[in-house]
Amino acid sequence: MKVRMTVNGDDTSADVEPRLLLAHYLRDTLGLKATNVGCDTTSCGACTVLVDGESVKSCTMLAVQADDATVQTMEGLSASPEDLHPVAEAFRTEHGLQCGFCTPGMVMAAVSLLRETPRPTEREVREGLEGNLCRCTGYHNIVRAVLAASGQDPDAVIGGGHATEAPSGGVEVAPGFSTGSGA
Amino acid sequence: MSIMGTRVVRREDPLFLSRGATYTDDLTDERLTGALHLTLVRSPLAHARITAIDVEEARSAPGVVAVITGAEIDLAPALLFGGANKGMVRSWLPTDKVRFVGEPVVAVLTEEAYQGQDAADLVEIDYDPLPAVIDLKAAASDEVLLFEEVGTNTSNGFGLKDEFDEHLFDDCEVVVTKEIVNQRLAAASLETRAASAVWGEDGRLTLWCSTQAAQSARDEVAGWLGVDAAQVHVITPDVGGGFGAKIGADPEFALVGWLAKHTGRPVRWNETRSENMTGMVQGRAQLQTVTIGGNRDGKVLAYRLDVLADAGAYPRLGAVLPMFTRMMAPGVYDIPKVESRARVLVTTTTSTAAYRGAGRPEATAAIERSMDLFAAEIGMDPAEVRRRNLLRPEQFPLKTKGGAPYDSGEYEKALDAVLDAAGYTGLRAEQQRRRDAGEVVQLGIGVSVFVEITGGGAFSEDASVEVHPDGTVTVLTGTSPHGQGHATAWAMLASEHLGIGIDRITVLHGDTDLIPRGSGTMGSRSLQTGGVAVHQAAGELVELAKQRAADVLEANVDDLEVVDGSVNVRGTGQGVTLAALAEKERLQVDSNFDSGAPTFPFGAHVAVVEVDVESGKAVVDRIVTVDDAGPVLNPLLCEGQRHGGIAQGISQALLEEVVFDADGNPLTATFADYAFPSAAELPSFTLLDMATPTHLNPLGVKGIGEAGTIGATPAVQSAVVDAVAHLGVRHIDMPTSPLRVWEAINAAASEGDK
Repeated sequence: MKVRMTVNGDDTSADVEPRLLLAHYLRDTLGLKATNVGCDTTSCGACTVLVDGESVKSCTMLAVQADDATVQTMEGLSASPEDLHPVAEAFRTEHGLQCGFCTPGMVMAAVSLLRETPRPTEREVREGLEGNLCRCTGYHNIVRAVLAASGQDPDAVIGGGHATEAPSGGVEVAPGFSTGSGA
Repeated sequence: MSIMGTRVVRREDPLFLSRGATYTDDLTDERLTGALHLTLVRSPLAHARITAIDVEEARSAPGVVAVITGAEIDLAPALLFGGANKGMVRSWLPTDKVRFVGEPVVAVLTEEAYQGQDAADLVEIDYDPLPAVIDLKAAASDEVLLFEEVGTNTSNGFGLKDEFDEHLFDDCEVVVTKEIVNQRLAAASLETRAASAVWGEDGRLTLWCSTQAAQSARDEVAGWLGVDAAQVHVITPDVGGGFGAKIGADPEFALVGWLAKHTGRPVRWNETRSENMTGMVQGRAQLQTVTIGGNRDGKVLAYRLDVLADAGAYPRLGAVLPMFTRMMAPGVYDIPKVESRARVLVTTTTSTAAYRGAGRPEATAAIERSMDLFAAEIGMDPAEVRRRNLLRPEQFPLKTKGGAPYDSGEYEKALDAVLDAAGYTGLRAEQQRRRDAGEVVQLGIGVSVFVEITGGGAFSEDASVEVHPDGTVTVLTGTSPHGQGHATAWAMLASEHLGIGIDRITVLHGDTDLIPRGSGTMGSRSLQTGGVAVHQAAGELVELAKQRAADVLEANVDDLEVVDGSVNVRGTGQGVTLAALAEKERLQVDSNFDSGAPTFPFGAHVAVVEVDVESGKAVVDRIVTVDDAGPVLNPLLCEGQRHGGIAQGISQALLEEVVFDADGNPLTATFADYAFPSAAELPSFTLLDMATPTHLNPLGVKGIGEAGTIGATPAVQSAVVDAVAHLGVRHIDMPTSPLRVWEAINAAASEGDK
């Protein structure tokens, strides 16, 4: 079947099998490899992209269902690696990614979340990203990144999360670097 | 100003956040042009004889280039882990018998990926079912054998030769014993396993694969294929998480290589999540019997740990991990008498190997649960019981009753820090209030104090540092990051010595032609071995540069210093850049660091949970942790490691479990069934800082990758039990799901009625 869609601002079209998943159209037909496939049950969200502005798990949509649609993947979000979109930049600043596999989907889900809820609470971020799984970060810094991208101070919203010292002052060794005993 | 200890954001991220990382399945390398796609037909039965395999119809399906059965494979079955029982070998594609659901039986190679599943559906395999072996005690009975010719289901035994001391607990006023399940978990890296292979005209195999250790992957694949290691070139693209399950190679990688040779075409393989949840190695899976004895004043006098460990069908690294469990059995405590043993058994399930912590979380869970049981029995606060038994700072270094050479530790300080920051006394008061009021949502407080072993797998690591004539720097490392951020952290170490910005320093890893020796990233070893090697190599390069600059500048070496990428004569305007020196003669140093011993990070966690006593649902409200791994190179990265570890620890306690039914069918083979936590199930974490150095390396650093997991699991489990302790509950096995909690409350109530 012939399918035609705008992806990251470019017109694309191809003859595809009706069963071709949107995720595979993006990855294999167009060569846009940022969008990852992490499961086969629509559970992990690594494949999340925006279709006509709505976040969609592209492993659960056929390419032909996106006919005539406008699709945005993470590749279409930032101008360049040096000029990241504010949400992507917040992920970097807050260390909201480690292995990076969930990241393209997580970032797109976060973009969608912030469009719907521009100043979310911590709970709203956590529930808003419930469909996107990350195994590395424990979500702590992802939540901070989304809060930061919304213009809020994550420390103020979450209440710290990183105490530099115990209230008693019982922790004598300062964080930071030493070269070992006596050196 | 020193870059060490500062929150440097990652160099990896601009690309990861724009174009995306490049994982094995993303490769567009021209050598893979025209690659065939591998689809594996896997066993749907846990234990069965294969009576017939018919691939004729599949061979004529569209796009099929080859359908291969074991009859065509000329490789001997392999012992996947050298230390396992020698007869427990795995066929590349079995023709006689399958031993777990998910075992590959037939390989289908097609031009297009989608054609593979179509053809795989046409493969007909007849099976004659055999009884599954799931329960560890049933496995130990040897009534049903996985390997008839071996005559036993026991792969390995540790401490089995010596009988337990029947007088171990003679001096104790109180003795408590309990059987505890440390349940099987899936590593569940978001990237599944993947490999691509091509043979060159030079007769060498190039293998791209998702691994935590390229060099051992090369050696394993070469060994399995029966070729010299020099004939195999492993390249590690970006890796989407490993958590121990991607150490070295998987047999599928060698199969991909063999199929590429057989067909004369490049071959690509990328498994589905369902395949991953049955095919990739899993972790934990121990049945533990603990016995703890002591006096009513809180002093523990004796401890015994008896382990049955599940190796799965074909023993791999999981066969030896109980060694770590035994070594770490006494944990942070000064217990006069400790004994342990472990029996490792095969079952008709997925093989086990390392998963974040790998043998140590099992030890910590056992001793921490034991301390709670003991505390409950004598009616003493569990934090106080711990305090009374902790090893004291002045006892270090020491060799424990488990045989572990502990380097340094400040256990009571860690305990005090978390109790204080969590407001322990206030929490206990709030708990009492809710108990007195009979509220539906009760409060539970769990405390763990833990020590673990890091860098225990391999003490040695190579590094090379080179300054190029254009002033850029290349660092080669034998470690193998897959999220840890070595490209940033190792650049910081080199930058500190060279005074060259990290944006001009490139860190390379995971290419075995470029870096022939290396042990990869696992067991929280990287900074204390590979990082120290980079630190050392950069230091040696500075000395080399000074010697060369002394000639150029006609100065005394002792008067030279390296600042901002130049060797300068102190107090003068004279100097020469490292780049200029490199232009004259290659400026490069190879170095190796060997710690000779592992390090022992430690910490303490307080978890606060709320449990609805009507539904049994537990929610973690807060977790406060000390994870002391010595001085911190980059707090941003270090905290990230702690966060991830804590989340996985909480998740073991509350949510996750790989489940097989009695017939060996996996019930958790998708992410819809396996309780992988989302952001909504977890709180934000409160991290406290402590940094107790080790004497074992010049940076004083220990490993941080697994600490959070090891400390959080028992703290959260303990908190859930604590929330319902006033109802008569002493123990709930993990995961402490709503059903288990509810059942425990009801069981305790009916026990109380008797």
